[in-house]
Amino acid sequence: MAENVLRLEDITMQFGGVVAVDNFSMEVNKGEIVALIGPNGAGKTTAFNCITGVYEPTNGRVTLHGEVIVENHPQGKMKDLYKGENNGKYTNVVSHTPDKITYREIARTFQNIRLFKALTVFDNVLIAKHMRAKHNVFSSTFRFSAKEERRMRDEALSLLEEQNLLHLKDSIASSLPYGLQRRLEIARALATEPSIILLDEPAAGMNPQETFELTSFIRQIREEYKLTVFMIEHHMDLVMKISDRIYVLDFGKMISHGTPTEVQNDQKVIDAYLGVVEDAED
Amino acid sequence: MENKKTQNITTVVGIVFLLLLVIVLEQIISPTSTMAMLLTVTKKSAIYAVVAVSMNLLNGFTGLFSLGQAGFMLMGAYTYAIFTIPRAERDAVYYYYDQAMELSFPEVFGNALGSVGFLLGVLLAIILGGLVAAAVAYVIGFPVLRLKSDYLAIATLGFAEIIRALFQWTKLGPITNGANPLKNYVRLNSFKIEMGDTTIGLSTFTTLLFATICIGIMVMLINSSYGRAFKAIREDEVAAEAMGINLYKHKQIAFCISCFFAGVGGAMLAMFANTVQANNFKSNMTFEILLIVVLGGIGSVSGSCIGAVLFVFAAEWWLRGLDSGKWLFINAPGVLRNGFRLVVFSVGIMIVILFFRRGIMGDKELPYYAKRIRDRFIINKPKAGEKENG
Ligand SMILES: Nc1ncnc2c1ncn2[C@@H]1O[C@H](COP(=O)(O)OP(=O)(O)OP(=O)(O)O)[C@@H](O)[C@H]1O
Ligand SMILES: [Mg+2]
Repeated sequence: MAENVLRLEDITMQFGGVVAVDNFSMEVNKGEIVALIGPNGAGKTTAFNCITGVYEPTNGRVTLHGEVIVENHPQGKMKDLYKGENNGKYTNVVSHTPDKITYREIARTFQNIRLFKALTVFDNVLIAKHMRAKHNVFSSTFRFSAKEERRMRDEALSLLEEQNLLHLKDSIASSLPYGLQRRLEIARALATEPSIILLDEPAAGMNPQETFELTSFIRQIREEYKLTVFMIEHHMDLVMKISDRIYVLDFGKMISHGTPTEVQNDQKVIDAYLGVVEDAED
Repeated sequence: MENKKTQNITTVVGIVFLLLLVIVLEQIISPTSTMAMLLTVTKKSAIYAVVAVSMNLLNGFTGLFSLGQAGFMLMGAYTYAIFTIPRAERDAVYYYYDQAMELSFPEVFGNALGSVGFLLGVLLAIILGGLVAAAVAYVIGFPVLRLKSDYLAIATLGFAEIIRALFQWTKLGPITNGANPLKNYVRLNSFKIEMGDTTIGLSTFTTLLFATICIGIMVMLINSSYGRAFKAIREDEVAAEAMGINLYKHKQIAFCISCFFAGVGGAMLAMFANTVQANNFKSNMTFEILLIVVLGGIGSVSGSCIGAVLFVFAAEWWLRGLDSGKWLFINAPGVLRNGFRLVVFSVGIMIVILFFRRGIMGDKELPYYAKRIRDRFIINKPKAGEKENG
């Protein structure tokens, strides 16, 4: 049996009357590369936000390494408004701020890159090291934790070196070309020392060459950092080549899942999504 | 790395030089000469610089737009004054109330340890002023820090006004002396060394030294891992949270430390002035500080210091003549009447804001410009294409 890393059970996210994610269950096992695909507005990013604590799902449960990190059921006004299924199945409420979830070793990147724009490449990575350092504001200000600071700096530098970004360390993040900004965002996520990384459209805005290189890059970080990868992506070449398994969302509902071949040949997926993508690419 | 070291050494040498210069000036300028104003405005600038940097720590480095500075300064000033009025003077100060506080730190420590104890007592009262402000900040942080930008500004501004009213409340009179001023506490002019019949005045030096220490601590905070976390919050709250930075905790730390130094600045302002009265800490004062921060550059510590000097020197010294009929070589008693200074001052500020949108320093520090000037004029850089290795 493969070791389960991340599990979503009946995750439903309802904004007012809009059900953005509808009763979505899935799992990611250790070392896998799993992709989440679907048309625009299908609820993919919303699913990520439910996992990482940005949103509190209306119903459902998220488990990480066997520990429940998110759980909710319709409450208050939502009790009457709720349009989803499995109302009453969950009774606990577990909710964490995103930083607590990151601390539990989930890292993420954002669909529309969110770097610390005015800061240097080095500072961007160094900030991600802050969370795990053993210091407090007093020891940090008065340099009693200088050793810890040095360790953080060394680790950030070696991470930049591994990611081939070392020569850019003093550049301002917003001055980097798009492709490198994406790479920096991944490097920054790696600096939080995750066991699973969530990538939201890592190839968006990249040129074909960069997209091509991304395949080996993602495989490489999986090996080097012993990662599990869960990614949202629209580039079907990339998704089909790299994924062990794929989940397909459409209007918030999972319409298919399986290996790339299975999903590619699923008529529902072709109708809802792949047909559209191919049309667009012709 | 090497570069950073030389920069730090240059800064320290510069500050030491400035402090020595102030000691000398303080001895040679006679209190009755026109240049005596230089010392007065230097003191006030140093105090304003501390408060401006504390405001910058929030507005410029953490991205929290708070306008409570005057309220926290008030708390620092009152705490300081209350704990340094000598016992013998209390009846005269609390004329209308039965004073509740009998404790004077400088007196108690001074009796036990002499002049060292006196200094210690003063220092303790200043720090207590900061701590009171920080403690109050901690408590009001719970509701207020969850608000977003403009709402936070309005809430803190309102809070400062409430504090001002509260300190004038007659029920608190036994402690705060109600609407009456506190006076006869330990002031800056107590800092001097008397040897026979020569007196070495050290009030300007002490103020400057203390301001340097306060600003130094804030700079060390800004350059620490926590300072980086503050900047991350300023840049992008969502990303900062995703990188494991607890928003609320870090905002609260920044808020409390900023208010601590605002309180300390208030205590210093009390020492500078003759009296402490709640009515002097109106939101006007907050806007003066905000002006300094914007003028110097949001996100620049040296900018705030330069802004404080320019603001205080101009408002209290250089433009004085504009109110009294004579300014530089212009002699026009008809135009240069009371209030004209404010007109010129506002126009000047508008010009600065229009032409230096991001303040004098932007978000850069002094060494950055020093380096740029040096690179341009002193060191002959090889022209492009002539670099070593082709
Ligand atoms: N905070 C919110 N409030 C209200 N509606 C929201 C919110 N966030 C997302 N939605 C809605 O949820 C739906 C799903 O959006 P989501 O961003 O998850 O789509 P997506 O699958 O990531 O699409 P894309 O491929 O374009 O990134 C959309 O209809 C969106 O308008
Ligand atoms: Mg999306």
